[in-house]
Amino acid sequence: MEIPKTITNTMMKKRFRLSEFLAEKLITATAFISFAFIVLIFVFVFRETLPIFSAPEPAVSLEELGEQETYGDIVLSDAERAAEEKEKTKVAAEEGVTVENLAGDRWQPISGKPKYGLLPLIVGSLKISLISIFFAAPIAILAALFTAAFAPRWAKETLKPAIEILAGFPSVVIGFFALVVLATFVQDIFGLEYRLNAFVGGLALSLAVIPIIYTISEDAISAIPKSLTEASLALGATKWQTALKVILPAATPGIFAAILLGVGRAFGETMIVLMATGNAALLSANPFEPVRTMSATIGAEMAEVVFGETHYNVLFLIGSILFLFTFTLNAIAEIFIRQRLMKKFRGS
Amino acid sequence: MYSHSYKTLQPTDVRIKTEHLNIYYGKKQAIKDVSLDMFTHRVTALIGPSGCGKSTYLRSLNRMNDLIENSRTEGNVLLDGVNIYDKQVDVVELRKKVGMIFQKSNPFPKSIFENVAYGPRINGMNDKKKLEDIVERSLKQAALWEEVKDDLAKSGLSLSGGQQQRLCIARALAVDPEILLMDEPASALDPIATAKIEELIYELKNTYTIVIVTHNMQQAARVSDYTGFFYMGELIEFDETKKIFTMPAKKQTEDYITGRFG
Repeated sequence: MEIPKTITNTMMKKRFRLSEFLAEKLITATAFISFAFIVLIFVFVFRETLPIFSAPEPAVSLEELGEQETYGDIVLSDAERAAEEKEKTKVAAEEGVTVENLAGDRWQPISGKPKYGLLPLIVGSLKISLISIFFAAPIAILAALFTAAFAPRWAKETLKPAIEILAGFPSVVIGFFALVVLATFVQDIFGLEYRLNAFVGGLALSLAVIPIIYTISEDAISAIPKSLTEASLALGATKWQTALKVILPAATPGIFAAILLGVGRAFGETMIVLMATGNAALLSANPFEPVRTMSATIGAEMAEVVFGETHYNVLFLIGSILFLFTFTLNAIAEIFIRQRLMKKFRGS
Repeated sequence: MYSHSYKTLQPTDVRIKTEHLNIYYGKKQAIKDVSLDMFTHRVTALIGPSGCGKSTYLRSLNRMNDLIENSRTEGNVLLDGVNIYDKQVDVVELRKKVGMIFQKSNPFPKSIFENVAYGPRINGMNDKKKLEDIVERSLKQAALWEEVKDDLAKSGLSLSGGQQQRLCIARALAVDPEILLMDEPASALDPIATAKIEELIYELKNTYTIVIVTHNMQQAARVSDYTGFFYMGELIEFDETKKIFTMPAKKQTEDYITGRFG
């Protein structure tokens, strides 16, 4: 049969569609602009960090200023002063912020002779994250296992959205709750000296972390093929045995990724820890003492710092460290979800 | 509904008996009043077009339908005279006795060894030597031992489709079931792998009672002793396989077997 001429005519004439062209370019541009924003923020943060390592700032001696060294309103004791003096001469000999100074165990950025020891802040962040994950991970994973493997449909349809709503909860509200209610509660139970401490902060933080670990674990567990559950039950396994020995191991990469993302969230969270941890940059392993995290330090000090000063640059260094840490965690999590989980179900 | 000509057989041989079985998914009735006897050490094939209820029927024999929400079962399924839908029956124990092979092979994402050892392990078996014996015996029974004996630590998912299905059979055999339910065990396999599975069924029937659902008429004719033809949730005809395939009593059966529909 011969093809009607009209059809071949319209088909063979390639038309330029302006609206189509514009829409496509617009979407492409939007995607690249978002990406560009991220890269620019990245560049900005690192650029502001750099002066620490390049432009030395002459150290000012205390005697010249004629001030007594204080931290807050606590005057340092004589013994401490002697130690300070000794160290000061050493520091004064060097120039500006040194790696040694940054690795110190004191964060006293606004004292007469500022100390930018990041150690208490890093340990504080790790401590808080650890405490929050310690509470959040088991609760979230068990809750995910329940909703994905045991819950009847109505419970699943109520629980999942309910817990996910918690993820959208303003962190300042969680912080406020921790500050007012949780802190007193914990203090009464354990008879603690300090109302606000790492434990309270970690506990409050776990409220923010639970929804993240829960959602991702639940997705990972739900993604386990139903045929595996059936195979296990058909072998005479109980529901619980099936959940523990088949479903959970199969979902391990996804759950691991969920925990990593939870750690990332805990590490970067600012408002809750700012409000609930007591904010004292103490270097200690005791979970019931106040701590200060890296994020809270930026949150509390950035607004009052002198632009371009060493302190300012150090805060950006903290920002860079936070950025690198979360970036690494997210990258590892991504690799685990994408590659390990997929591999597991497609055979080696 | 079904023809009673198979009554010439020894009734004492009946292993599974369903009486007026009705299964519903919500309001939809998937199985309508099916009464059927299955015999010890025999292979019973269930055939019929897609959606005729043969898989639903098979899954009712070890209560796998319990897992489907909204499903409801009426009537009796008697295993050695005991109604498995009785409230006193422990489903876990029932399923240890009545094993199941699924249409799509579903090995666990574990090693070959752990796949087979899974059943005994959940029953509390921890003796390494005994587990090794069970794994070897089961894999031999499933005719897979020679192919995998040197890499039992490899993932079960790394095997080919046919090997995976035989691994699943070995896994089911490891818990010492007495009855094997097979839901189109070879439908996803190539002809060579299918032939291996069929050979296996022939071997296994000496020790087990086998019920197999199949789409493949030739397969039913080759492996089974009895055949039941399902259509629209009803059992149209049940008889010795020979008879079903040479002179079926019902017109519908003949039409299906000769390929006039389905």
